[in-house]
Amino acid sequence: MGDRRPRRCRRGSSASPERQEEAKRVLRRCLKAGAAALHSGEPAVDAVELVVRELESDPFFNSGRGSVLTRNGTVEMEASIMDGDGRRCGAVSGLSSVKNPVSLARLVMDKSPHSYLAFDGAEIFAREQGVEMVDKSYFITETNVSMLKLAKEANSILYDYRVPETCSTSAHRMNGLAISIYAPETVGCVAVDRHGRCAAATSTGGLLNKMSGRIGDSPLIGSGTYACRACAVSCTGEGEAIIRATLARDVAALMEYKGLGLQEAVDSAVKERLDEGFAGAIAVSAKGEVACGFNTVGMFRAYAKEDGSMEVSIWD
Amino acid sequence: MGWAIALHGGAGDIPLSLPLERRLPREETLRRCLNLGVDALKDNQPPLRVVELVVREFENCPHFNAGRGSVLTTDATVEMEACIMEGNTKRCGAVSGLSTVVNAISLARLVMEKTPHIYLAFDGAEAFAREQGVETRDASHFITPENIERLAQAKAANRVQIDYTSPEKPGAGDSQTGTVGCVAVDGCGNLAAATSTGGLVNKMAGRIGDTPIIGAGTYANSVCAVSATGKGETIIRATVGRDVAALMEYKGLSLKDAANYVVESTPSGTVGLVAVSADGEVAMPFNTAGMFRACATEDGESEIAIWHSLGDGA
Repeated sequence: MGDRRPRRCRRGSSASPERQEEAKRVLRRCLKAGAAALHSGEPAVDAVELVVRELESDPFFNSGRGSVLTRNGTVEMEASIMDGDGRRCGAVSGLSSVKNPVSLARLVMDKSPHSYLAFDGAEIFAREQGVEMVDKSYFITETNVSMLKLAKEANSILYDYRVPETCSTSAHRMNGLAISIYAPETVGCVAVDRHGRCAAATSTGGLLNKMSGRIGDSPLIGSGTYACRACAVSCTGEGEAIIRATLARDVAALMEYKGLGLQEAVDSAVKERLDEGFAGAIAVSAKGEVACGFNTVGMFRAYAKEDGSMEVSIWD
Repeated sequence: MGWAIALHGGAGDIPLSLPLERRLPREETLRRCLNLGVDALKDNQPPLRVVELVVREFENCPHFNAGRGSVLTTDATVEMEACIMEGNTKRCGAVSGLSTVVNAISLARLVMEKTPHIYLAFDGAEAFAREQGVETRDASHFITPENIERLAQAKAANRVQIDYTSPEKPGAGDSQTGTVGCVAVDGCGNLAAATSTGGLVNKMAGRIGDTPIIGAGTYANSVCAVSATGKGETIIRATVGRDVAALMEYKGLSLKDAANYVVESTPSGTVGLVAVSADGEVAMPFNTAGMFRACATEDGESEIAIWHSLGDGA
């Protein structure tokens, strides 16, 4: 069995056809890399790290290279990874020079006595571990800078940033602040290997124009990322809504404590737990099922299974 | 039904031989904090306000590992964290990496109420504290001689010491302190939880534990409120706070059964928690040697304790 879903959530319908095609191309490439790893017998936790590294290294989505900027014009990336086998986990926040945050999260899990390191301490740990560091110019692109400028002009925290919907009809608000509509964002991957071991990983640049120091759902075990013996879950969307909902853990809890199936659990969690927030989740079960759910207009996502089936999609 | 409150000052390997000079001030603080919370509930203050008040009092006291009295990182600095959550609205706020804020719990509440975010950390959180004008102090306020000694011991032992572990050398230092937390429910079933900590002795700079993580060290919804203490990494992976609530919601367990189940499912010696339900039930299970704890309910139940008492099922 095998499956993974790089995915991205988007709201609104302003993604140009070119951008949609580009998204599918990136997803397909990352999906193939993950599927190949699983086919060759690699453990699920290695496969999700590999896929998220690929996604982070591509400037298309809001993680790693494509991370959005904070209010101060800096990047503060965060990521987490969890191995359902033993529920080991690692997380990082506030990274500004680490090329692949998900791999540093993996090192926190494997090489530190802790499960979560943030900001300067995480950067020091990165240097100690000798992971690849890059100059700020790698992240802070002309596109990001101009998007931050637009966001500041709109006095909003942009939920997504590539295509700000300046003529949006419905101004969504989060905690009273306007947020924009279009959203390619956080990346994540879940996988189950041939031994039924599940793993999840999530990585993000966070919100455009966020306050410096803001931590979202992606690095939080049980919110943006969760894996146990039953399943693995990765979430994307409005971080604050996902945190309040402890969305990823709830998918697993609905299976463990209420006996729901994987898709039922995802649907129930997205419908009942999110309140007014917009978000989506991808999940796999130890049995090799794949599920996905979102209350947004669409979610960039892809999956592959051991039987050779493969799908890349955006809408419902 | 009726109001209820429970609070803790950390769970851990607290020896039965704990000297009186260390035991009495902590029991006295537990009593003072409990009375403060009970009076506020009797005065019809909202549970969110009550748990903040109680945790502030703990933070101002040097006998526990939060605020003044926080343990030191490997760099001999303090990095405090805290989290607060309101049950009915599930609004929440969290902070990490604070080094100058006197009451981390109140900054967490300000993050909840004054920002579009839930969680701010390190420099960004300190900058927010200054914007909000909360009380800040220099390092000497937080760093006690006991904690300097404990860090030296931990370094000598070359290990990360859980905040409540006994010192290697008996009689040296003063390590039976821990994370603090409070949960409360009013007579209308409104719930809230708050937790605050200095983390682990000799922790790496930048380390985040379970305390500020919603669903791990702190959680509240319309069913129950939970504050956990112990080994942070274990509490994170077990999503202790959320799991107590999830077992009640999805499996129909009572608060006591849910809380006991969660604590029994984690490795022995790692976790304790306090919890209250919307109908005024209290649970305070732990699988460590002891947990500084106290509770009171409207119908007159009241307890201040450290170790297992008869009938605890320990």
